[in-house]
Amino acid sequence: MQPQPSVVASVMPEGERRRHLLDLDDVSRAEIDAVLETAESMKEVLSREIKQVPALRGKTVVNMFYEESTRTRISFELAARSLSANIINFAARSSSVEKGESLIDTVRTLQALGADILVIRHAQAGAAHLVARHFHGSVINAGDGRHAHPTQALLDLFTIREKLGYLDNLKVAIIGDILHSRVARSNLWGFTKMDAQVTLCAPPTLLGPARFWQATWPRVRITYSLEEALDGADVVMALRLQQERQQAGLLPSLREYSRFFALTEERLAQLADNVLIMHPGPINEGIEIAPEVVTSSRAVIGEQVTNGVAVRMALLYQLASQVTHEE
Amino acid sequence: MSEKQILNADDIRRALVRIAHEVAERNEGVGDVILVGIRRRGVPLAERIAAALTDFEGYQVPVGHLDITLYRDDLSKRWPAPRVHKTHIQNNITGHTVVLVDDVLYTGRTVRAALDALADLGRPARIQLAVLVDRGHRELPIRADFVGKNVPTAGDERVEVRLNEVDDGADAVMIVRQDT
Repeated sequence: MQPQPSVVASVMPEGERRRHLLDLDDVSRAEIDAVLETAESMKEVLSREIKQVPALRGKTVVNMFYEESTRTRISFELAARSLSANIINFAARSSSVEKGESLIDTVRTLQALGADILVIRHAQAGAAHLVARHFHGSVINAGDGRHAHPTQALLDLFTIREKLGYLDNLKVAIIGDILHSRVARSNLWGFTKMDAQVTLCAPPTLLGPARFWQATWPRVRITYSLEEALDGADVVMALRLQQERQQAGLLPSLREYSRFFALTEERLAQLADNVLIMHPGPINEGIEIAPEVVTSSRAVIGEQVTNGVAVRMALLYQLASQVTHEE
Repeated sequence: MSEKQILNADDIRRALVRIAHEVAERNEGVGDVILVGIRRRGVPLAERIAAALTDFEGYQVPVGHLDITLYRDDLSKRWPAPRVHKTHIQNNITGHTVVLVDDVLYTGRTVRAALDALADLGRPARIQLAVLVDRGHRELPIRADFVGKNVPTAGDERVEVRLNEVDDGADAVMIVRQDT
């Protein structure tokens, strides 16, 4: 048995074993490149008639989803199956009492049952870190609260690299409910490592002050004007607007939000032809993005979903090759 | 560390031309043959055999690239995870004669993995194996159909195949022995 780590390393020294993927903050550029390259090979596997290789035979991956999810859960499931791992879906409802305690108990149980990799989605920020402190194998964060969603950021980088052929010095605009978005935060880490110029754009109630973001990502730009955000962008990423934001009083109305911040054909007309339109899903068509934009040739939203499986295969492969229980 | 050259560039060229002739002879022509090189040094070797076949058979034999990383039996013992490369075989291998090409045949585990990988890509009529060097020490019941040179080796020796497509400098096959 491996010794139980007292702290989860926040910075991974060069050449050290990576046990977990909790966010992209501690992932180096070289590690990201390695995942993206491996994902290309995994995509080739997925293009075959028999979309399965034996690499992870005998490994057990557990999907622990404490929050609803379709694409991420299925994506991890397909990824694990394509590598011939055993996958167990553990669908749990978040309980409001003694959450930490019961989560740790569950992890101990899964440990005892021989799980090698835990994939966790949880409404509480930090849940994946907590799990990583109590599990001897590997943990992948599949989304924790507003905090992080690193596999989404990796598949976004993969999709951009595949479509544009490069990742350096991009101009990226992220539009929408950034304040509540773990996708935006993990993407900020990912894009920052690629030296991208990122502009965040949303109504002030969904964005907060510039210094809040610049404290962590000094180069990030903040604007409340969509036109300004789109100007010169190579990549435009729209985020889902949760309907409950209006009930919470953060928006006067969804219609007003759309009037100022929706990606529409007219607004995108000013952009270059090869601009990529991205969305992590699920989409509110007609609210943050117009239906014609979703189906336009510049949108790569379907590719993001397809590439998610290849990227997750690459991650599972790289983490699993270092999980050894019988040491 | 001591090294001894066992094949020079001319020896390698002659061995590959001979293997090309043997492939054509064994299969009564090469109309059904697909050469599949095992990454990484099997790929340039397969391309050289194909070029030789084009010369004297007047027929361009297709060449594919096979990456066997995801089929290895030692993945959980290795860190960091070996880099996965793409498999690239344009032709459908079903019904064809596949000639697998690799640089060195040793334990046979690479070939075992390659056979599994091919089985996932189609159902060839038959699979044959061509290697530049057979150094012995098999751990699996596998043998080569076409061998450039049989080289008896000791377990603590390493056989290094250097090819100008992959490595800098001239073609050569060396036996390298680590001094203890």
